[in-house]
Amino acid sequence: MTPSRTTGRSPALNLFLVIWCALVFGFLMAPLLIVFPISFSSASYLQFPPPGWSLRWYQAYLSDYAWMDATWRSVKVALATTVLSTVLGTMLAFSLVRGRYPGRAALGQVANTPLLVPTIIYSVAVYGLFAQMRLIGQWWGIVLAHTVLAIPYVTIMVSAALKTVDPRLEQAAIGLGASRLTAIRRVTLPIIRPAIISAMFLAFISSFDELVVAMFLGGVNMTLPKKMFDNIVNEIDPTIAAVSVLQILLVCVCLLLAKRFGMGGQKIGV
Amino acid sequence: MRRGLFSLNLSRKTWSGIGGAVPPILYITLLFLLPVLIFLGGAFDDTPRHLVRSVSDPLYQRVLIDTLMLGLYVTGICFILGYPLAYALSVMPPRWALVGFAFLLLPFWTSLLVRTYAWMVLLGRNGVINNLLMGLGLIDTPVSFLNNMSGVLIGMVHVLLPYMVFPLFDVMKRVDGSLLSAAEGLGAPGWKIFLRVYLPLTLPGILAGSVLVFVLSIGFYITPALLGGGRVATMALMIERQVREFLDWDFAAALSLVLLICTLLVSIGLGRLLRGKEIHG
Repeated sequence: MTPSRTTGRSPALNLFLVIWCALVFGFLMAPLLIVFPISFSSASYLQFPPPGWSLRWYQAYLSDYAWMDATWRSVKVALATTVLSTVLGTMLAFSLVRGRYPGRAALGQVANTPLLVPTIIYSVAVYGLFAQMRLIGQWWGIVLAHTVLAIPYVTIMVSAALKTVDPRLEQAAIGLGASRLTAIRRVTLPIIRPAIISAMFLAFISSFDELVVAMFLGGVNMTLPKKMFDNIVNEIDPTIAAVSVLQILLVCVCLLLAKRFGMGGQKIGV
Repeated sequence: MRRGLFSLNLSRKTWSGIGGAVPPILYITLLFLLPVLIFLGGAFDDTPRHLVRSVSDPLYQRVLIDTLMLGLYVTGICFILGYPLAYALSVMPPRWALVGFAFLLLPFWTSLLVRTYAWMVLLGRNGVINNLLMGLGLIDTPVSFLNNMSGVLIGMVHVLLPYMVFPLFDVMKRVDGSLLSAAEGLGAPGWKIFLRVYLPLTLPGILAGSVLVFVLSIGFYITPALLGGGRVATMALMIERQVREFLDWDFAAALSLVLLICTLLVSIGLGRLLRGKEIHG
């Protein structure tokens, strides 16, 4: 698996690396793999190995109003967050990379502060504000807060891509008679499209999985992570295993799509 | 006025492109900076009593120390697991490295709730691991992994390991192999090449990964809440409890301020160290 590139690596080191990788990857993948057999179990409580197989937990999930309601709310929140944060984050990226005004670096730092402040602090703070404005329980209240958390991801990814685009391409288009907006839309945006698509996937997943903010702002209107949280705290019923399997499959699809249309799998994580 | 001393800086050219920054910055100011500052401001209501209490009350001192220690443990374990892994990924043929990255990214992107639930299934008293160990005759009674520190550590390392591996991989990929060959050609033994050449060269990645993991781990909420089962107290859990149970917003703000200062000190302090390294080394 790890053939020598430099001459110095001994077979013992190679063996160690192979075993180490196998163990760490096993540790990383074990929790993902374990939910598959449990989700197909026929037992009515958690049992491993399952005594028999069935699809009852998938049926339970799909036919339960509370689960479905939470799922659709999460999809709605994540889609709206994706749109809002992609627009705002891309605007900011263009301004920071292409602008020629003083204090750009400082503005970039300000835009990244949501990544630095622990989510619990932000959750409590925005809960205080929204409670006064009677926004608790509104799905778009969660969107407003999730967008704050997603903007830095979009800005970082789009800025990185934008820095590699030669501004003279845009200037040439303007020189040929295009307006500035047309030049951006027809020349620059197509070049950085993979980065924008990757950023959108990141924004979507970051909102779809977010629990702490949604827990404070959701009130009685739960998102999917909140419903899962309550399920874990109260009773462990294998419905959540079925939900987990579906979410893992969703991530696989997102990763494959991002790899196909975005910048490729490797760069998305960072 | 227009021809004053500052006219050059205020000329239209110098401000070009700032328009695009106005909506996003306004958004972040109104929906992030403002609520956070208003909330944290509560810590200073009339007297500094909340702040004093948050750092002098032995209970909260204990929680702060526990939180920082938890962060150190998580960072240390992530480093031990992640360093050889990142190295292997950086020297693998690209096709294998892609497979390795898939194994890193899939859990990385998977919902935290899914992973936490799965760990509860694996680590519970009647969980998969206990059954396996008892089946093999290695233990007689189930080991408790949940509702204590070990479960929280396992869960958090699982979440944060990729944050350690990505920066390490980035730095290792850029290490100049000829430096290692040179050291070898000069007769240095393998361990010495590692300690004197490779480790210093990868130090920026170690620092970047460690800061990221540490800062994220001291603000963690979900994993300690679920895998700790209420028996592991962290700053994040205390802040939530002050707001939800005691409705003591001002004291929650004081605790938040303490946590935030720790976060900023580590990220800015080590960030500076990192930049210094790049300039001098």
